[in-house]
Amino acid sequence: MGHLNETALPGIGQRVEFTTDEGRRVGVVQHHTGRREVFVCSPDDPDRSQLTVRLSEDEAHSLVESLGVLQIDEGQGPRTYEVEGLVFEWLEVEPGSPTVGHSIADLAIRTRTGASVVAVLRESGPVPAPEPEFVLDVGDTLVVAGTTAGVDAVRALLQLT
Amino acid sequence: MPCGRCCSSRDVTHTVQVLLEVGGVLALLAVMARLAGRLSVSPIPLYLAAGLAFGDGGLLPLDISEEFVSTGAELGVILLLLMLGLEYSGRELTGNLKRATPIGVFDLVLNFTPGYVAGLVLGLGVTTSLFLGGVTYISSSGVVAKVLSDLGWTGNRETPVVLSVLVFEDLAMAVILPVLGAIALGGSVTGAAISVVVALGAVGLTLWLSVRHGERLSAAAFSDSDEVNLLTIMGIALLVAGAAEAIHVSAAVGAFLVGIGISGPAAHRAETLLSPLRDLFAAVFFVFFGLSTDPSVLPGVAIPVLVLGAVTMLTKVAVAWFGGARNGISRRGRWRAAALLAARGEFSIIIAALGVTAGGSGRLSAIAAGYVLLTATLGPVAARVVDGWSAPPKPATTTGAAHAGSR
Repeated sequence: MGHLNETALPGIGQRVEFTTDEGRRVGVVQHHTGRREVFVCSPDDPDRSQLTVRLSEDEAHSLVESLGVLQIDEGQGPRTYEVEGLVFEWLEVEPGSPTVGHSIADLAIRTRTGASVVAVLRESGPVPAPEPEFVLDVGDTLVVAGTTAGVDAVRALLQLT
Repeated sequence: MPCGRCCSSRDVTHTVQVLLEVGGVLALLAVMARLAGRLSVSPIPLYLAAGLAFGDGGLLPLDISEEFVSTGAELGVILLLLMLGLEYSGRELTGNLKRATPIGVFDLVLNFTPGYVAGLVLGLGVTTSLFLGGVTYISSSGVVAKVLSDLGWTGNRETPVVLSVLVFEDLAMAVILPVLGAIALGGSVTGAAISVVVALGAVGLTLWLSVRHGERLSAAAFSDSDEVNLLTIMGIALLVAGAAEAIHVSAAVGAFLVGIGISGPAAHRAETLLSPLRDLFAAVFFVFFGLSTDPSVLPGVAIPVLVLGAVTMLTKVAVAWFGGARNGISRRGRWRAAALLAARGEFSIIIAALGVTAGGSGRLSAIAAGYVLLTATLGPVAARVVDGWSAPPKPATTTGAAHAGSR
């Protein structure tokens, strides 16, 4: 991913921008109100936007979808990627989670939730495609793939007391 | 409303007259706002002009609804300052400080001084001259917001520079308003001094609370119901404004502090809720200011107004040049910034109104009215002219396809 520049616009919101290979400054003004403005500058005059398109929240989603790239949801803490209905989420095993000390097979994660643990991030290093016998520990981060409902169910499983 | 029990027929006639007059004024303002939209200028000068036309000695004097209009105007000031406070969170205000200070101080010195000196030269006296300095200092953030969105300038590289000037002015208002308010209401020197200390202490405390705990406090006070939120925020703002006025710190300062205190998502929600109310009562405030200004004084101050307008539009150009150069903005970008900052508006009128309370002569309100008429009209027009000649020569089609193919 290219370098994104972020600038706070007090009273308006914030601006995220980057420069394309052909030297155009392209960016988005994210208003506090949820409105987005996409702007494009000419390579000759990077100060001034040559074209500004105003997008409502729905229209912004449409644009992202038509670009066909990952949608990053940075809303509330945990990292989530969503591609055409498939959700990837990073979930942490917190102290006190009932899953600590149990293996993935033990917990029957895929049977119970329909979502799979595709990788585990652990201090000692990432474990891609963990075996069913893999035992969860406090501080592990599970990379879970599935539908939104499936991923939510895994989260619930991790937090169940 | 005729209830037959408590209203005599005289009261009914009175009610009818008030309704007709207020309705007539609002209908006229609607025409003005429409005209302003058509001409793409700020409606503020047109509202002022409407007020001048209706006032004492104007074309169509109004007298019956004066009391109603003056209460509406008071609400207008409170709403304007409440929303000015809401516009920037405490964190935006203080976080921006380091970057904004050099240009902000330059702006303060360059734009406060002309008004202050002009006041002294015109023999308005030291106190009133301070208010005139305030009038020429503050750019209109309302006009800036409107021009930015009308001309699609939000993405421009000079925009953050302009906004940092506005943020600094906002913070400066947090200091200047209590001081001027205390001068206006404080009475004796010691009384004024105590009010200044109280007000500045309140400003500091509010900023601290807002930066440290603003979002949590606001979230606790806010509910899911817009109705509850509207009533809560208006109730708090009016109570604080009233309390501030009671201890000789202007009501405007109180409302401003409430605005700063609310932050985070709650502030954005409040902005959406309050802006229609603000539009209504601020319009009433501008009309009222026009009403209480004697139009017959205007010709006498025309030349000072023109000179002051010309000088202080140039000093804003200097601010834009200084800030633009520091941030590597091209000349054309600096002209755009200058055009944005040139307009003075709502806050100049508020400061002038405070000055009138402080015993400033009718000349202060006439100068302020004329000055805002001039700069708030010319600013947006200048922005359009600059937009015309700073527009990129080529149409907005892109040659990206050719580039992509060559890769």
